[in-house]
Amino acid sequence: MIDNIVDITLLSLLAIHAIAIIRMRSLFAVIMLFGGFSFLSAGLFVVMDAADVAFTEAAVGAGISTVLMLATLALTYAPAEIDKKEKQPTHQPWLPLSVVFITGALLIYGTWDIPAFGDPDAPAQQHVAPYYLEKSIAETGVPNVVTAVLASYRGFDTLGEVTVIFTAGIAVLLLIGGRRRVKPQVEKSGGSSET
Amino acid sequence: MDIILGHYNYWLVIIIMMAGFYTVISRGNLVKKIVGLNIFQVSVFLLYISIGNVKEGAVPIIEKGVTLYSNPLPHVLILTAIVVGVATTALGLALVIRIKEAYGTIEEDDIHNQDQSL
Amino acid sequence: MGAAVKHNLILRVVSKFIIPLIFLFALYVQFHGDFGPGGGFQAGVIFSAAIILYALVFGVDSAKQVIPPYVLRLLASLGVLIYASTGIATLLLGGNYLEYGVLASSQVAGQHLGILVVELGVGITVMSVMLIMFFAFAERGRHEVNSEQDPE
Repeated sequence: MIDNIVDITLLSLLAIHAIAIIRMRSLFAVIMLFGGFSFLSAGLFVVMDAADVAFTEAAVGAGISTVLMLATLALTYAPAEIDKKEKQPTHQPWLPLSVVFITGALLIYGTWDIPAFGDPDAPAQQHVAPYYLEKSIAETGVPNVVTAVLASYRGFDTLGEVTVIFTAGIAVLLLIGGRRRVKPQVEKSGGSSET
Repeated sequence: MDIILGHYNYWLVIIIMMAGFYTVISRGNLVKKIVGLNIFQVSVFLLYISIGNVKEGAVPIIEKGVTLYSNPLPHVLILTAIVVGVATTALGLALVIRIKEAYGTIEEDDIHNQDQSL
Repeated sequence: MGAAVKHNLILRVVSKFIIPLIFLFALYVQFHGDFGPGGGFQAGVIFSAAIILYALVFGVDSAKQVIPPYVLRLLASLGVLIYASTGIATLLLGGNYLEYGVLASSQVAGQHLGILVVELGVGITVMSVMLIMFFAFAERGRHEVNSEQDPE
């Protein structure tokens, strides 16, 4: 019972954060709310027994992502525009709202048949997971099953992931690696300037 | 009542997912779109991890005397997904910086007007 | 002016205490990823967070003297190379690609060694790439001194 209450409280706080991010117009506040959202979701991962995932989400979401977004905000708004507000939305929200409602209703209809939350007999807990849990100490000698699966049983996936991280680093270097050269202010007509 | 008790967290996660989705498709500021995309990603992770959760199960680190563990397989998939997600976010933010340098603004409507592309 | 210097002083003293502890914690998470929560990704991110804290308090130029950017590029490639070379080493020793059992005398010891080396490679790459991205974002705003001349 206490578990359910904690779950509902954390999830409701997350939903309130998400709706506040939609409504807020000051971008600095939006990024700070996103940092809080990431941290709350790390807490929720801990409650759901996912220690490694909570670790990574707290470090990556509330750490690196927030810092990079703040750096982007500092680069894209001149120091004079102190509010850094988003523009007033000009389109009517009826079309996006209807799309969102229809998608949400279809998804909720789809979850009607999913096994209950926390069911030990669900099909997701059969077939492969008991094999990993029983054999990981005997075959790899590593008590942390998540590390054993990540590095040994599914080692190719991790190799691909490290390559993706490396590629993203190279791509960021290609895009904004050098210092920006500022052209003299002669061209203010709508043409695009290249660096 | 059983249905609600067994599924409430899936429905709440879907509400968060739709909030992120709405931010992406209806707001014009590019940085806010990227924040909405991240909200969507985090809610998908929550959905996966809650599928792997086992009531009265322990953290999947083998210890003496513990018999019931949570499913470790979704943890592995989501670990990879989180790190790939941060790589994608960093790349998106780098593109936003280049767009700002090229067009002078990061509001979608102004960019379309400058381009006369719509 | 006096108040700004005082606030900077508190930050500098406290971060000089905390940054070595963060490094230590990152090393702990890296090498104890087998026995508790942790592993390569988390350790790499925590390590880079320590250096980002240093850059925020003492300036990006000082941080670039601690770790020059060319070293970061080398380290990023080194991590991926360590991971892939473990697989090639197992190929040369007679097993399949990334079959860690042939690396040491017994199957279990080989697996343990292979997992350790592979997680080290992952941690090095993640740390360097996070720092590369942070330095790229932080350096973009600095204008060239002679921007009045005609750029190519």
